[in-house]
Amino acid sequence: MIRLFALLLFLLPMSASAQNVPKLVPDVSQRQINIQSGFTGAEMLLFGAIIYPRGVAPEGKVDVAVVLRGPARSVTLREKQKIAGIWVNADSSDFRSVPAYYAIASSRPLDQIVNSKTAAIYELGLDRLQLSPSGEVNAAEQRRFVDGLVDLNRRNGLFRQEAGTVEITDQVLYRARLNIPSSVPVGVYTAETLLIRDGRVIVADDNVEVRIRKTGFEQLVTVLAQDYALFYGAMAVLVSLLLGWFAGFVFNRL
Amino acid sequence: MDIYLPIANLSVNALVIILLGGGVGVLSGMFGVGGGFLTTPLLIFYGIPPAVAAASASTQVTGASVSGVFAHMKRGGVDFQMGGVLVVGGIFGTGAGAAIFEILESLGQIDTVINILYVLMLGSIGGLMAKESLTSVLAVRAGKPVAAAKRRHHPLVANLPMRWRFYRSGLYISPIAPLILGFITGIMTMLLGVGGGFIMVPAMLYLLGMGAQVVVGTSLFQILFVTMASTMMHSLTTKAVDIVLAVFLLIGSVTGAQIGARLAQRMRPEYLRLFLAAIVLLVAIRMALGLGWRPDEIYTLQAL
Repeated sequence: MIRLFALLLFLLPMSASAQNVPKLVPDVSQRQINIQSGFTGAEMLLFGAIIYPRGVAPEGKVDVAVVLRGPARSVTLREKQKIAGIWVNADSSDFRSVPAYYAIASSRPLDQIVNSKTAAIYELGLDRLQLSPSGEVNAAEQRRFVDGLVDLNRRNGLFRQEAGTVEITDQVLYRARLNIPSSVPVGVYTAETLLIRDGRVIVADDNVEVRIRKTGFEQLVTVLAQDYALFYGAMAVLVSLLLGWFAGFVFNRL
Repeated sequence: MDIYLPIANLSVNALVIILLGGGVGVLSGMFGVGGGFLTTPLLIFYGIPPAVAAASASTQVTGASVSGVFAHMKRGGVDFQMGGVLVVGGIFGTGAGAAIFEILESLGQIDTVINILYVLMLGSIGGLMAKESLTSVLAVRAGKPVAAAKRRHHPLVANLPMRWRFYRSGLYISPIAPLILGFITGIMTMLLGVGGGFIMVPAMLYLLGMGAQVVVGTSLFQILFVTMASTMMHSLTTKAVDIVLAVFLLIGSVTGAQIGARLAQRMRPEYLRLFLAAIVLLVAIRMALGLGWRPDEIYTLQAL
């Protein structure tokens, strides 16, 4: 709350100087997603209002794009090739900042609402992500790896791009649904909203955070496995022994 | 019924996992094998990451072999001295397996090596079993008595120095041979999530020349302790043991094992072995084809 207040204080002089720029009031349906035993994925509603200066919506159409982005991480991408009749990992490439999750929805197809330069600046669209590949000099090869990475994540449901799924009501209210698969990595996600008009991003807001975390038993198991490995291993052995012994005991009585 | 696996980080259908465990359990009850060689590949086909599949399958084998060990102990079917030597070898094997796992994972070749090992191992064991059981099935059909295999240890084993007397196994051989055998199966357990019973049993019979009455019990004894060691080792190194997955597999497999044990009593042992050989060969062929076919995913991601 204090942080929000400080932010507002900081923003006030700026908004005063930019009188003609609309303001976005974005929000999400859940600020926190808890992963529990029954978790099969989630649906997130990103919605909000566009506040125009003097309360008047401009002539002509506006477009909205929303982006939900997971924490960036470093990964190695390996590529299988057929060598001596079998498929083995042959080539690999490192990427320094691959979002754990990236979903973008827009009111119209991205290439119709922004030019490629703007799309590149704001990283709009799966083909515009800045993944920071390292160590690869050959541009064609790099492209192949980037495409492979995006395609892999897209089919796993971790990268998404949907056009026409942002509904805009009376140029003022917007909303979009984004699906999150069960294999979503934990972390702090940011929800970004961009107001687009005449091929330009008029205003962008990325101040909404969504926390995705495991809770309860799932959190306990993860922490134990990571930080108390010896204890966790002993527990796993014990549970397995007891369950096996108990089943044998029960079936011998039947 | 969907259940989230906290270590695999994905949601699976609990019923599928229980049925998978149950199916493998029926087979393991019928044949007296742990069934890890089926669980791990089936989990991988279902979409569980290979490391989690191998680690959790070995945890499951522990539970699946407990009651068998007790049953054989009551019958005096466990040679504890031999079992102890095998376990010591096995524990060192899991250590070596962990190191190999780490090296292969950093090279990105762990999946391929797991696949190739499965093909080689299942192919050769399945082939041998098919041949042996076919001969005895044909012999039974022709009404001839099946010639009992001569019990003798392999000349290589006989030449090793420092002989011990293993009373229950009826052997006077060097402990180095079972130590090496235990070591190799320990590596297998760590990499493949198998108990190693289907390597251990023929090796005990045909390489070491152990008495048939203690072979299965001693092999189960070794499997019990080595899978425990490999669960610990996976917990400490790969951190890939998913206890939720292991529990659901166990619920299926311990139930299935009881059904399998009852089914086995109604079947002729030669046909039973032929059936097992067919299953082992089928898995081997499926995995071999998997190596040659263009995989669904050309690319794989590994977090740095």
